Formats: sequence, C-alpha cells, structure tokens
Amino acid sequence: MRRHAIVIIGGGPAGLAAAASAAEHGEKDLLILERDRELGGILNQCIHNGFGLHTFQEELTGSEYAARYIEKVRQLGIPCLTDTMVLDISPEKVVTAVSPSEGLFQIQAEAVILAMGCRERPRGALNLPGYRPAGIFTAGTAQRLVNVEGRMPGREVVILGSGDIGLIMARRMTLEGANVKVVAELMPYSGGLKRNIVQCLEDYGIPLKLSHTVVDIHGKERLTGVTLARVDGSGRPIPGTEEEYSCDTLLLSVGLIPENELSKSAGVALSPLTSGPVVDESFQTSTEGIFACGNVLHVHDLVDFVSEEAAGAGRHAVEYIRRKRGENPPCPDRPVLEIVPGEGVRYTVPSVLHMAQMDDSLKIRFRVRNVYKNCYVTVSAGERQLLRRKKQILAPGEMEEAVIRREMLDEALPAESVTVRIEEV
Amino acid sequence: MQAGAQHALGKSENNGGFFMYDVIILGAGVSGCAVARELSRYQGRFCVLEREEDVCCGTSKANSGIVHAGFDAEPGSMKAKMNLEGNRKMKELSEELDIPFQQNGSLIVCTGEEQRENLEALLERGQKNGVEGLQILEREELLKMEPNLSDQAIAALYAPTGGIVCPFELTIALAENACRNGVEFRFRTEVQSIEKLERGFRVTTSQGIFETRAVVNAAGVYADVFHNMVSEKKIHITPRKGEYQLLDKTAGNHVHCTVFALPGKYGKGVLVTPTVHGNLLVGPTALDIEDKEGTNTTREGLDTVAAKSAETVKNVPLRRVITSFAGLRAHEDGDDFILGEPADAAGFFDCAGIESPGLTSAPAIGRYLAEQAAKYLKLPENSAFCPERTGIRRPSELEFEQRKELIRKEPAYGRIICRCEGISEGEILDAIHRPLGARSLDGIKRRTRAGMGRCQAGFCSPKVMELLVRECGMEWEQLSKSGGDSWLICGKNKDGIDGGENSGQEG
Repeated sequence: MRRHAIVIIGGGPAGLAAAASAAEHGEKDLLILERDRELGGILNQCIHNGFGLHTFQEELTGSEYAARYIEKVRQLGIPCLTDTMVLDISPEKVVTAVSPSEGLFQIQAEAVILAMGCRERPRGALNLPGYRPAGIFTAGTAQRLVNVEGRMPGREVVILGSGDIGLIMARRMTLEGANVKVVAELMPYSGGLKRNIVQCLEDYGIPLKLSHTVVDIHGKERLTGVTLARVDGSGRPIPGTEEEYSCDTLLLSVGLIPENELSKSAGVALSPLTSGPVVDESFQTSTEGIFACGNVLHVHDLVDFVSEEAAGAGRHAVEYIRRKRGENPPCPDRPVLEIVPGEGVRYTVPSVLHMAQMDDSLKIRFRVRNVYKNCYVTVSAGERQLLRRKKQILAPGEMEEAVIRREMLDEALPAESVTVRIEEV
Repeated sequence: MQAGAQHALGKSENNGGFFMYDVIILGAGVSGCAVARELSRYQGRFCVLEREEDVCCGTSKANSGIVHAGFDAEPGSMKAKMNLEGNRKMKELSEELDIPFQQNGSLIVCTGEEQRENLEALLERGQKNGVEGLQILEREELLKMEPNLSDQAIAALYAPTGGIVCPFELTIALAENACRNGVEFRFRTEVQSIEKLERGFRVTTSQGIFETRAVVNAAGVYADVFHNMVSEKKIHITPRKGEYQLLDKTAGNHVHCTVFALPGKYGKGVLVTPTVHGNLLVGPTALDIEDKEGTNTTREGLDTVAAKSAETVKNVPLRRVITSFAGLRAHEDGDDFILGEPADAAGFFDCAGIESPGLTSAPAIGRYLAEQAAKYLKLPENSAFCPERTGIRRPSELEFEQRKELIRKEPAYGRIICRCEGISEGEILDAIHRPLGARSLDGIKRRTRAGMGRCQAGFCSPKVMELLVRECGMEWEQLSKSGGDSWLICGKNKDGIDGGENSGQEG
C-alpha cells in the first residue's frame, strides 16, 4: 500500500490552499486527489470577477484565482492525481481511490484533509410538483454548460432561488443572449450577496420576486412554462396569487449541500446545522487525524475565506502529525469548550475549542438566522463578555466572523462554553 | 435475421404480396417486451413498435417495482393466475437476464381491530390463490421484523414470496434479449390506425405502413384505442394516476419488507418499500383521470403520499426525498387483465388493462400470449433461442482485486462519471453500445443509474452529454433528455445576439 503523510481529498480552492499551507509548514510528503481532469474545482467555471479581493487585494476571475493556487502548488512540488475519484476513506485513514491511469489503489495516510466541496440541491429535493421535462437545470450545471462547454441550455429563462450562483447565472445567461424573465425567491430576503443582487439583477433590469416560489411546471418533453405564486410567512403558496411565465428553462439556485458521503465512511460526525463535519479550532473532525475545510465543512460566500480556512487546516494537520511522531511535544492538559450558536445565530465553525491547541486568537465564522439591522454581535464565555461589536446589517446570505483572543478567554475560565449571539437594540 | 425467420416470412403471403411481419407488438413496456422475448422462442419475423425513443417509457417506467406475492387478486381472475405464475418465474428470469431481484417479503398492515376481519379475508383469499407461506403476525413479532411500523399496527399478513425488482432493468433486459434473438424494435414510431385485412392487419404509423399476420396490443393506457379499432366489443381504459416519492439511499433501511396498507377500492394503496438499489420508495396515490398523458405530479398527490405512508410506517424520512414522479396505470372497467383475442378479431391479441400486478405478471403474460400467437400462426420453435443476457458490468460490485484487474484491462471503468451512484465511463459506454443502446440522458440513467442519485444528474449530465456526442457522433443540439422535443442545448453562446461572435455563421 502506498503511504503519504497527508492526503488531500479534492483539488479545488480548499484542497489547493490546504496542501500549499502544509508544504509551507514543512511537510513534503503530500498528495492531492482530484476527481476532475484539472485542478481548480468549481472555480474553473466561475469566469466572472470578484475573486481575490481579500487574498490578493485585486479583483480576479474564479479561474484566475484558481490558477494562482495551482501555480503555487506546482512550485511547491506537491504531487497531484487528477481524474481520480476517492471511493472510500476508513476511520484508520486508508484512502481507496480509482483512476483510469492508476487503476484502483489504496493509500495509508497519517492525516487526511477533506476538501470535497458541495453540491447543489436539485429539483427532486424541493419536491416541486408538475411535469418532468428537459430544461430544468441547477444553476451550476448551466454554468458549466455555458462557461466550459460554450453551449446554451435555453433561451427563455426563469430562475428559482437567489443564491449567488443563481444571480451570477442571471447575468451570464443575459450576456450570452438569453432572456431572463424573473428570479423568484422563497424567502423574504435573498440568499445571495448584496453586491451580486446589484450587479447581476438590478444592472440588467431583471426583477427579483421575494416570497415567491414555483408551484407548477409545464411541458411534457421540454419545459414550456412555470407557475409562480406568492408564499405566506411559513413558505406556503397563497392560492389566487399564481402567475404563469412561459419559458424553456428553469434554473435552480436553491441551496448548496456539503458533500460528505466520504466523511461518513470515515466515521466523521456531521453537524445537523451545517451538514458538514463537526470540527474544532484546528479544523480536526471527530475522527482523529482527519481535517476538513472549505465548502465540505460549511458553505462559504467568498473563496478568499475558503483559502484562509484551508490554510489553517493544512497547518494544523502538519502540527498533528508532528505531535503524533513525537517531533512536537504533546498538548498540555487544558479545558475543552463548546462553541454554541446563541440567539439569532444558526451555526458556528468551529464548534469545539481545545484551549491547549488554541493560537493567540481564534476566528469564529457564523451565519445569522434572519436579517438584523443595527444590532450587536456578542461573544461570551460563561458570564464574561469577550466581544461586543455593533453591526448595521446582518443577513443569512453573508457569512460573519468574530475573533476572540486567548488571553481574554483565559481570564473567563472556568467556563464550559463560548456563545455567539445577536443582540437587537 | 436468422434463417428460420425467413422461412416463416416466406409463408406470410397476402394478396399476392408479403407480410412484413408475423407479429407486430404495440408498445415496448414490460408486457410488450416480455411478449417479444417469449415470441423469439419461435421462428418468425417480429417487430415491436414504440412511440417513444426507448423501451420502458410509459406505465412501466413509473412503477413500484414490486413482485407481488398474489394474495389480493380475485381468485380465478387472470390477475390472480398471472400474478402467481409471474412471481414463481421471476427468480429464474432474473438469473437468465442478469438483473437484480430480491425476495424481501411483503407485509400488509392492519391498523385497527375493526380491520382484522379484512386481514383474515385477505389471508384466505391468498391461500385460495395458492400463495405459499402466508401467515398473520401479531404486533410484537412484527416489530422485531420492522421496528418502524406505525404505532397503530396491530397485526399484519406476511407474504414471504413478495419481492422487489427494478422495472427499468427488467424491461430493458427483456428487450435486449428479444433483440438478440431476432426481434426488431422501431422507436419514435407512433401507431395511428390498425385495419383488419382479410387475413392479417395493416398498421399505419408515423414512420410508414406495416402489414402483419398478427398483432399483440400491449399499448398500456392506449390499449383500448387500438382494441376498439379492430373489435366491436369495446373496452375502456381509465388512466389511474399514481404519484411517488423516492428517498435517498440513506433512508433505504427504514423498512426491509414491502409494507402495504390493507387494499381498498383503488387497489393496494400507498406502500413503503426498499428498492433493489437501496433507496426507499413511497407511493403510489390512486386518482382516476381523463388525460392519458397526465404524468405530472401535484402538491395534493405528493402530500397524500406523505400522509398515507404514515398510516403504516412511522417517521418516514421524507426530507430525504431525491425525486418524485407520477405514472398512469391502465385500469380497465372490467377490473381484470384482458389477454388474448376478442371474438371478432382473430390474430389480434390484447394485452390490455395491465395495471398492478402487471410487472409481476409480465413473465407469465409474455409466455401466455406468445404461446397463443405462435399457435395461431403455427410458428415452429426457434432452436437458436438463447435465454441469457449479460447485464452491464458493475465495477462497484466486484471484489477489490477483480475490479483492479478490470480497470487495468479497460481503463474506462476507472473513470467515475456519476459520483453519487459511483458509475464509471465504462458502464456508460456499454449502455450506449449494447443492443438497443441508450441515446439520451434518461436512456443512460435507466441502464446505468448515472444521474439517479442524490444530486439528480447535476454533476454528471454535462459529462454524459460529452460522451454521447463523442460516441454517437451527435451534435450538441441533438442531445435530449428522452428523445422527441426534450432537447438540452439550443446552440452556442451568443447565438441569439445580433452581431454575436457566432451569429451570421449560418447565413
């Protein structure tokens, strides 16, 4: 069986950044496994700009952003196998993979970094009633067809869901010659970034209908139209508000789901809040030596944050191996705290904090449950407040972060948990 | 075309000309394909006419996939007879055709003391039909078998001979085997009229006129239309819509048996069953409609599936639904299968009113009608008939070393195209290049399961499209979901824009 210190599952932005960081922290025995023919993951089909403002202080397209990391990985001499699908990861960190050139093979890893990304929620999962004609695509599938294959999946388009990919595709389809009639969003607010609503819909005069959904799908062979209706506060269609839209294409941008089938095979505990692994401050999952980062952990809005998070996972995986080999001293005995989403907060990453492994500070990423205006984000440990920050607006579509300092947390001990909450004024 | 078939053709003289076929079969659903395969045990020229682009596109497609034990058909009815016989043939057939079949057993759940009488009656009826191993189990014993049965379940009829099969694979395998044994298939061929000749029939279709000595009418919800063209003894088929929800494989172990409610006026009711591929299937509803094309799902229907399933099984994880669909059963007014010749149309063999337990009965119906037609036409046996068909090789089902060896020899089995179901390029190439090979996304999906998993083809469909373009020499614009007008790509980027980079190239 092959052996490698760290096997990175996925060669998208998370896997590339994790691998580069591990190499930069001194581990040379790495292997990236990527199922597609090229490295870069979903960024390769993201030909729009807006990437890299945080990481590179300049505006890049998705593919340019990917290219920078691919170049870095090449320069660091990190081996990659593309066209390679991982079939199984055991809790003992035996990775089983297959490719046409390498065949079926297994690798014993000292540490594994999960960076498989996410998938789009399809029509079936929404249980949308109606016929099942051709012409219903997830926004990402349409994006691949248009941006990679150069082929148009339709001309008259309705988009359900205002996630970022849906918004980006509203603009792309328009630029490529299609007529985007409307974007319907079930929630009373958009799930996408504000800048995308402005740049992709408003700039092109595409209406956004909040609190609307598709209630019927017409056309037996190819889509001929959809029926939209307004929904009430609990998302149920209101009879009498139906409107017919004739279209040949329905794009769905109704949510992303971290793709954790392999994590399950490795015995990794998943969070019902994020659908991703439960991780600690080191991005280590419940299975020792298995780390997670990027969209497989929780769905991000910006790739810059994926890269930052993945770099952390790479560094921590190296530290883990060193401790395991006896090259680094074992962790001292220090408290373990839970990080809990309090009022108004849907989830936090991480959700476990080993004080012994905490750096000088810890960045907690979280999403809020609702739209909040002029409120405070607070972080507390036991009775003690660690942070209180005023925010003009918070929305579920925008990932937030709060940084806590170890020295402040030390003073708050003993405490069992750290809580992030939203305080409305 | 084998020599035997030529011989029979030579005898098919008509008005100085020649019949093109000895038997034309209308419809490439499970019944039509079963008849075709059984007919190919004889020498003759047989052709299946199908209006869709592939086999298994109508009633057989949206089906529960249950191999019924046979306890609830009226004793003495064709349904009872064919069900029992079909059930008994299924194991051998599944081995011959290399398709999955599991005898997982059926449970018919009684949820109130007032229903106990009906349960007893069902047991008695089943015994009268000759169903083996039936017994009534009480709650305590039941819960050991199926811990997720509803809290109202007090007892159940257990039928160990009940099973499950994949309706696509069964139909496709029957068709491939029939094709291998010389049966011709014509797709996208819609039958417009059938005319009785002095001897034989003239079948007018969207693709031309065919003359034949005999017809087997296996046209599903349209079987009444064709029957009524040749017989004065009219029949009437009502499309009975059934809606289903298919759940993720992570829900596949929620029950192990097929769990039914006690049958009612509209058939067997909503069932909860694992599928042979490990998903959980819930449905169908039963609603009589007018529209023979009404395969749309409805909010009410999908809600009914959820509500009804809860009567027999608790905590069905409906949130893990990956798709929903609706099918139409061909319910005939007489409430039984109509098999054989009407009194006034010799040589026209009905295979009509095939609703549940039609899938189970298909092997028996096929045999029964093929024998009748062969006897009518005095067809000699086909000694070259080969009953075996080899399915698509599934690397994921092989042991590690075997799989490794396969990929070493054929690297395409090492490239995964559908990540949810773990389907390789090799399997897709096989589906395209085998007899009656796939030409659409649905064709590939039903043969390989690529696109049938939890992402519902989001990731694999562009790759499958690429393979179809490469292997079949199709243009992107010719790609379809399921043939006909179900196109997927309308052109290149910017084609629709004046002055766009691709505009004006045509002119």
